[in-house]
Amino acid sequence: MEKKRNDMKGMPVTTRELTLSFGPQHPSAHGVLHLLVDIQGETVLRAEPDIGYLHRGTEKIAENLFYHQFVPYTDRLDYMCGMSNNLAYVLAVEKLLDIEVPERAQYIRVIAAELSRLSGHLVCIGAWGVDLGAMSMLLYAIRDREMVLDLFEMLCGARMTYSYLRIGGVRYDATEEFKKKCLALCRILPEKIEEYEKLLTGNRIWIKRNRGVGAISGEDAIEIGLGGPNLRASGVNWDMRKDEPYLVYDRLNFDVPLGTDGDCFDRYMVRIEEMRQSIRIIEQCVRDMPEGPFNVDMPEIVPPPKHEIYQNMEALIHHFKYVSHGFKVPEGEVYCAIEAPKGELGFYIKSDGSERPYRLKIRAPSFCNLQAMDTLSRGEYLADVVAIVSSLDPVFGECDK
Amino acid sequence: MVKSSKELFIQRLRERFGTALLDAVGFRDELTCTVRKDSIVEVCRFVKEDPAFDMKFLSDILGVDYPDEVPRFEVIYHLLSITKRTRLRLKIRVEDGESVPTVTGVWKSANWHEREVYDMFGIVFTGHPNLKRIYLPDDWEGFPLRKDYPLRGYKDDYNPYGEEKE
Repeated sequence: MEKKRNDMKGMPVTTRELTLSFGPQHPSAHGVLHLLVDIQGETVLRAEPDIGYLHRGTEKIAENLFYHQFVPYTDRLDYMCGMSNNLAYVLAVEKLLDIEVPERAQYIRVIAAELSRLSGHLVCIGAWGVDLGAMSMLLYAIRDREMVLDLFEMLCGARMTYSYLRIGGVRYDATEEFKKKCLALCRILPEKIEEYEKLLTGNRIWIKRNRGVGAISGEDAIEIGLGGPNLRASGVNWDMRKDEPYLVYDRLNFDVPLGTDGDCFDRYMVRIEEMRQSIRIIEQCVRDMPEGPFNVDMPEIVPPPKHEIYQNMEALIHHFKYVSHGFKVPEGEVYCAIEAPKGELGFYIKSDGSERPYRLKIRAPSFCNLQAMDTLSRGEYLADVVAIVSSLDPVFGECDK
Repeated sequence: MVKSSKELFIQRLRERFGTALLDAVGFRDELTCTVRKDSIVEVCRFVKEDPAFDMKFLSDILGVDYPDEVPRFEVIYHLLSITKRTRLRLKIRVEDGESVPTVTGVWKSANWHEREVYDMFGIVFTGHPNLKRIYLPDDWEGFPLRKDYPLRGYKDDYNPYGEEKE
């Protein structure tokens, strides 16, 4: 942790220490990050994130909603990858209910989660590029993210706030055309990733701005609570898709890319490689997806399809009960975490046996990653703070809850 | 988590801490150990250093409010062992107005989590290096995730829909 790359000792001090307010209104602040940076000349002495500008009390809201009503709120946590948030929440509730969704739904969920990882990483790298002066990277990344969003639109009609995953399955089936478009994406995107690499990986400026910047060892990364790609960039082999497999990840072939130095450049490379692995996963899921139902057969948890409601009295009653009364969930407490694009996204739910969670706690990866900001930026230049923020990839919908 | 590791955990904790381990419950393949409040730092240090646990990663700290129970609050620690691929939930009970010893000395990452618990429940962590609100402004009144705090907050100039303060 004692890394003084730009040690001031022994040098004549010609400047005085001052505190700089970075954000919350700053183009490189990734939303509403307010950093209080103490600097001596160009060197950062301390960096204290001041968060909470986007706090909406999501956990309090959850305590006052039915279980199924809370799904749309999870979209608005990490709004760059809403599907992952949906997934973590519905898995937690399903763990409480002790139900397993049909195979087909599991495959669709994996596709949705991996697509959202793609869209999350694309935005991360694009924003990172523009923060360090590579404007074209942002344009390319956003252009290609459009393909992913088109797929989401095919799947559920929404492009950003999906609420696609529901407790007990998914909202709509994945059509043949969706599968075809998925495979097309898997063909096109690898070329685009090559392109990003041509733009950035060998780029002298990119290397200068990222290599050796904000480096952290694996041990320190664990101690400070880094997660996801940021942890793996430090060489810690921890990916919940491999180590605590959920859904059908244990049947899929993919690698977990690891870094060695734990600097910004490694965090970038891990994300690039993860996108390639996500494409592999999507390809396998499209290939292996079985036919069958995409919801559990429990009318009190999954209401019947809309067209049946007009025809069938039973279906109408189930629908009415679902909307107006919700459903009861057995008493108990669970913690369920998934490997979201930013790290471990976990939901702790305490149920008192009623239709509403007694307590719901979101373990937001952005929040935990941001805590490392101070450790990572001490001793670096002020300009590097921008690179470090981008490499942590915080999203404030999630960080501030 | 395999069954044997759960039993092993309970056994090792019982050997080491005896009656300080108040309760151990398994539910849906998760293990929850309730320990005495005063021994939480010791227990945390033990499960972090002990090779059978190796809980190097602090995943989360959170509070839960049970207004009708005594003691009123629960503070929950979610721990993870990356090498053993196991998780453990530690739990302590805290009465309103009581303080909890901080675990920032065990895991650095506990810093923000404890601040969040303080912000939302008003539980004070003694020995914490920087215990102040994290989400809400410093001059905020009340602790929003307590069950007696109204959903829409209290009425003031900025919040005409809030509840009247008594």
